[in-house]
Amino acid sequence: MLRGRQTWVFPNRPTIISTATVGGPFEAEGPLAEDFDLLHGDLWLGQDSYEKAEKKMLEVACEMAVQKAGLQKQDIQFFLSGDLMNQIISSSFTARTLAVPYLGLYGACSSSMESLTLGSLIVDSGSGNYVLCGTSSHNAAAEKQYRYPTEYGSQKPPTAQWTVTGAGVALLGSKGEGPKVTSATIGRVVDMGVTDPFNMGSAMAPAAVDTITAHFRDLRISPRDYDLIATGDLGRVGHRIAVDLLKKHGLEIPEDRFTDCGILIYNQDQPVVLAGGSGCGCSATVAYGHILNRMKKGELKKVLIVATGALLSPLSYQQKESIPCIAHAVSIEYDH
Amino acid sequence: MSNKKKKKLTPVQQQYHSFSKAREPQRPVLLNVVRAFLAGGTICLLGQFIQDFFLWNFNFTEKTAGDPTVAVLILLSVILTASGVYDHIAQWSGAGTAVPVTGFANSIASAAIEHRSEGFVLGVGASMFQLAGSVIVFGVFAAFVVALIKTTLALLGGS
Repeated sequence: MLRGRQTWVFPNRPTIISTATVGGPFEAEGPLAEDFDLLHGDLWLGQDSYEKAEKKMLEVACEMAVQKAGLQKQDIQFFLSGDLMNQIISSSFTARTLAVPYLGLYGACSSSMESLTLGSLIVDSGSGNYVLCGTSSHNAAAEKQYRYPTEYGSQKPPTAQWTVTGAGVALLGSKGEGPKVTSATIGRVVDMGVTDPFNMGSAMAPAAVDTITAHFRDLRISPRDYDLIATGDLGRVGHRIAVDLLKKHGLEIPEDRFTDCGILIYNQDQPVVLAGGSGCGCSATVAYGHILNRMKKGELKKVLIVATGALLSPLSYQQKESIPCIAHAVSIEYDH
Repeated sequence: MSNKKKKKLTPVQQQYHSFSKAREPQRPVLLNVVRAFLAGGTICLLGQFIQDFFLWNFNFTEKTAGDPTVAVLILLSVILTASGVYDHIAQWSGAGTAVPVTGFANSIASAAIEHRSEGFVLGVGASMFQLAGSVIVFGVFAAFVVALIKTTLALLGGS
């Protein structure tokens, strides 16, 4: 049901009946290691390419989510997924293995909440009983495609971020126990003319702010209605900009209720991560792992996940195009 | 960002640029320069030791000892790249490891390793020079231009 200009409210409250998160070696060293269902010590996962390793993570996450819900693959009506690889191969190849009707999505790192939003719409409208929403990213595969070879010695600036190696999957059902998806705000593409791909935080912050303000305007609520608002992968740089931008727009979010998945996932003393984590896997693993776990423990009742995405390609960057960005917000509630 | 680029931006974008710039950590330029000096200097010092080693132990002149010296440095760089250490050293030292011949070797070796998964022909062979290619193209062209100038001057009666 449309509310305001760009927000959907889901009166039937689709339930996240199970989730699964898979991470890599750097995530295992981070503070949220406990919240992952499966951690791999090796970037290769026993595969012979990084791309295959990413696909493997997503496949395993999907299997685990279905298994946790006590269901079979045949019970799943639709699989919605997106990732960072060219032609979204990780998602499509996982869909090949799953053999479930599939819609491939691309919203860069916002794919996590894009798939959850569309999945909720399907379940809410009664067009499906069980919908699997997933996304994945792999550090080395993303570096290879977007930047330089992994072993190439280039010095990254302090604003650069570290792509998360991980896959996160949520299984939505029309009934059952678990956190409920209550509303979602679809973001606009915002481009503030930032061209530096080593500064994604400041490129994406305005998109996150645009979607957050739209969410509160459309639903006529205030940030105090949420226990936690978490952006996807702004990192330390983007988060600081987003806080100040929101203040400028007259929307002050209490500091203890506003965070970023890219900051949460790594320790500050992990030297290679610089400004924080990024990638589809960042918001997906932190939201479906850490944040939902906190909700299940009763620490949080209502959260807003704002997954941010930078819609650039290596070609558009080389052709000196600026970076268009997007953010999608999903509101999740859990009443015990 | 240069002024020319800035002119293309709308006033709102320009405003955002100054807003975000004030909140971003800057590249530690001075520290990077010192580190580059130390790392680059160390590599050159190592090169000097290797060159002296060839001069003292083998039948090399100062001119001919250069080739085996470069070969040893390249080999070291490739070994460090293959064992996954070079990129960490480079993050610390910046231009210090990028400018010497070790950086060039690293750019080729890393690309070759990275694209091994696409096979020898379409992967390693085709992608090996994706970073080094422009160095080779413009290096050869620059050498050609310099040679042309030198030859012309010689023909005009220079020494």
